[in-house]
Amino acid sequence: MKTIRKLSIAAAMTVTLAVAGTAAAQDKSILVQSTTSTANSGLYDHLLPMFTGKSGITVNVVAVGTGQAIKNAQNCDADVLLVHAKASEEKFVSEGYGVQRFDLMYNDFVIVGPAADPAGVKGMNDVKAALTKLAEAKAPFASRGDDSGTHKKEMSLWKAAGIEPGGEWYRSTGSGMGATLNAGVGMGAYVMTDRATWISFGNKGDYEIAVEGDEAMFNQYGVILVNPEKCSSVKQAEGQAFIDWLLSAEGQNAIRAYQVDGQQLFFPNADPGQMKKAG
Amino acid sequence: MQDFASELKGALTQILSMDSGFVEIIGLSLRVSLSATAFSCLLGLVLGAFLAVSKFRGRQGCIILLNALMGLPPVVVGLFVYLNLSRAGPLGWLGLLYTPTAMIIAQTILITPIVAALSRQVLEDLHDEYREHFASLGLGMPAQIRAVLWDGRYSLITVALAAFGRSVAEVGAVIIVGGNIEHLTRVMTTAIALETSKGNLSLAVALGIVLLAIALAVNAMVASLRLSASRLGYA
Repeated sequence: MKTIRKLSIAAAMTVTLAVAGTAAAQDKSILVQSTTSTANSGLYDHLLPMFTGKSGITVNVVAVGTGQAIKNAQNCDADVLLVHAKASEEKFVSEGYGVQRFDLMYNDFVIVGPAADPAGVKGMNDVKAALTKLAEAKAPFASRGDDSGTHKKEMSLWKAAGIEPGGEWYRSTGSGMGATLNAGVGMGAYVMTDRATWISFGNKGDYEIAVEGDEAMFNQYGVILVNPEKCSSVKQAEGQAFIDWLLSAEGQNAIRAYQVDGQQLFFPNADPGQMKKAG
Repeated sequence: MQDFASELKGALTQILSMDSGFVEIIGLSLRVSLSATAFSCLLGLVLGAFLAVSKFRGRQGCIILLNALMGLPPVVVGLFVYLNLSRAGPLGWLGLLYTPTAMIIAQTILITPIVAALSRQVLEDLHDEYREHFASLGLGMPAQIRAVLWDGRYSLITVALAAFGRSVAEVGAVIIVGGNIEHLTRVMTTAIALETSKGNLSLAVALGIVLLAIALAVNAMVASLRLSASRLGYA
């Protein structure tokens, strides 16, 4: 009898704690919908403590594919959107979901493959030619297949090369960047990845960068405040403070300073004039 | 590929070091899943006991439905809760999406059918045994429910632990409604998914070992409870 009573008191206390705990976490925080590539690379772990230390605003990051991040933001489940698919971002703003889109930083995409390089594409810097060669060799290729920014970019590159990828060699994983890299390394498939995720990825095996350096593989990140007129829940002041900080000299320098294994992962390229244009 | 032995070694180092982030993740996992288990027991035991002792048209249909709901895929529950708690959804004004509360709600929905269906089975057997006894005492339904719940308590604890095991091990629902936000909604299973996707396999394995240890502890608890119950029974 006594034990049961004690147990039920403990259960009741757990419940109270759980509910109380969530209420305390609400004040002065913003929600950012972002991509797996930025989160997996550790960039937020580097940037957010600086911003929070300065502003007192906690930034909560949900890391999903760009497509899902945009949909979540359209449902008003975000204050700020930080993704990398320019066309979709501009559509998001033009449809009234976002206030304005700002260029924030860039990195680039690379194609990684096994050291043995069965398709013979290593060292190429023309991505269209490389993709053509991969398709002709029917070398296994693991694609994100998840409507993410990286997947959209990959599809646009296949299209530019005039190839409709498909068949047994083309494997759509339908998962995030890291999961796709894990799958690719596991089955000896080539994978297109953003350089930041690749450099910080911990399970490379014998994989190396095979194709890099084509301008077409440029990967631009943008940042958007979700429109408070569309979503009354948006914390406008806090969200704008975060965007202003990212675009400021201090935020841009912080992005530039982030390194993994001695390599810079993201290259800030906010246009100092773009804030004024907004005003 | 990294070999399993080296990952395991890295994992054990990680567990022994017990850094604060690691402990925080385990703590939140337990908080969320224990809360969900407590709520699901409140709802599920009452529902299960009611179905066990009552007779009404459509009762068999309810039981079939409840049994089917035991197989609810966590991702579907996650999506359902997401659509409701999203700012664009009917309960969006509560602002609960991406909080531990949302995760507790999702897991409660996931495991309440398990508690209800399993406890219904246990209690119905018990009720059949006591039927004549209850009739001779002329007990009403609330008293019958109380009696079978009390006498079935050891089996019901097993039911609760099964539900807890299901909730602490699922990833599909909590990753959608919690968002795997660091220091806020990151639990063991979502951290395992994240660390695996980062190729950071030793931390993922470490969390997996802890999860397994918790599952083992839960089962050991069930076994010892059963043992002490049967000893008491024959004493």
